[in-house]
Amino acid sequence: MAEEQGRLTKTHVLEYPYKRSVGPVLGRFFTGLRARRIEGVRAPDGAVIVPPLEYDFATGAATGDFVPVGPGGVVTTWAWVMAPRPKHPLDRPFAWALIRLDGADTAMLHAVDAGTPERMRTEMRVVPRWRDERVGHIRDIVCFEPEGA
Amino acid sequence: MSEAKPVRAISTPIRLEYSYTAGRASTRFLRGMAQGRILGQRCPECGKVYVPPRGSCATCGVPTEEEVEVTGKGTVTTFCIVRIPSENLSIPPPFTCAHILLDGADLPFFALIQECPFDQVRMGMRVEAVWVPKEELGPTFECIKHFRPIDEPDAAYETYKEHL
Repeated sequence: MAEEQGRLTKTHVLEYPYKRSVGPVLGRFFTGLRARRIEGVRAPDGAVIVPPLEYDFATGAATGDFVPVGPGGVVTTWAWVMAPRPKHPLDRPFAWALIRLDGADTAMLHAVDAGTPERMRTEMRVVPRWRDERVGHIRDIVCFEPEGA
Repeated sequence: MSEAKPVRAISTPIRLEYSYTAGRASTRFLRGMAQGRILGQRCPECGKVYVPPRGSCATCGVPTEEEVEVTGKGTVTTFCIVRIPSENLSIPPPFTCAHILLDGADLPFFALIQECPFDQVRMGMRVEAVWVPKEELGPTFECIKHFRPIDEPDAAYETYKEHL
């Protein structure tokens, strides 16, 4: 405990080292990421869901075949992070964005390294920046970046 | 990880770093710890003594102001044997943690039992606090390293059954 103007304060850390089973559908998605491949899944109504789900979120029906998507896509909405926190994917200001990958009907959350918020806009095209050491995790994609950057 | 092996699980650690500021009652308690004393507070309505104090009685909903000092002697009300190792544990399992009701207190708290085989801890067992050396005392609950058995007959179930 530290004294601070007569009060006792202390930094506490609460941490759980979770390991989570991903099942056959997300398991295939993460396995694909390791090989720089992004796959969605086709819902019964023909829509392509990315990241893939075992069940269609609208009807609860089982989803079908895997469909390659991306790797590029468009930003559908975004929020600028001025002061990244330690666990954020980038150590400089960036955008959290929903990204609809080419061939997909849903948008996926990821970071966009645009440098400044002035470079961000909805419908802008982005492409993934892959990590060299990939392990089968969403962070195998470091972030997305403006296409042609 | 082999390229051919499909991903079956992912690591998703959760970490929360926060700053804890002790309130008035906890501050009194922690400053007591630094002097090698165990301080609680008595409820003015039901008379229960809370150790550590929280500044109010959860049952009556009134502030607790009267300070009560208790000794490090108490009774094991219930316990569990920890057999699963964890990164942050400094002692190897198996070991026993117990709810300890200090003499004169009405609220048991969780503590480690040592200086006793892990499988000989029992309900009603009489124990005492083992403190860190005087020069290491400070405003932290860690001043009490653990509890150890004392040579007294077990407490009767009736004496702690209200505190399980």
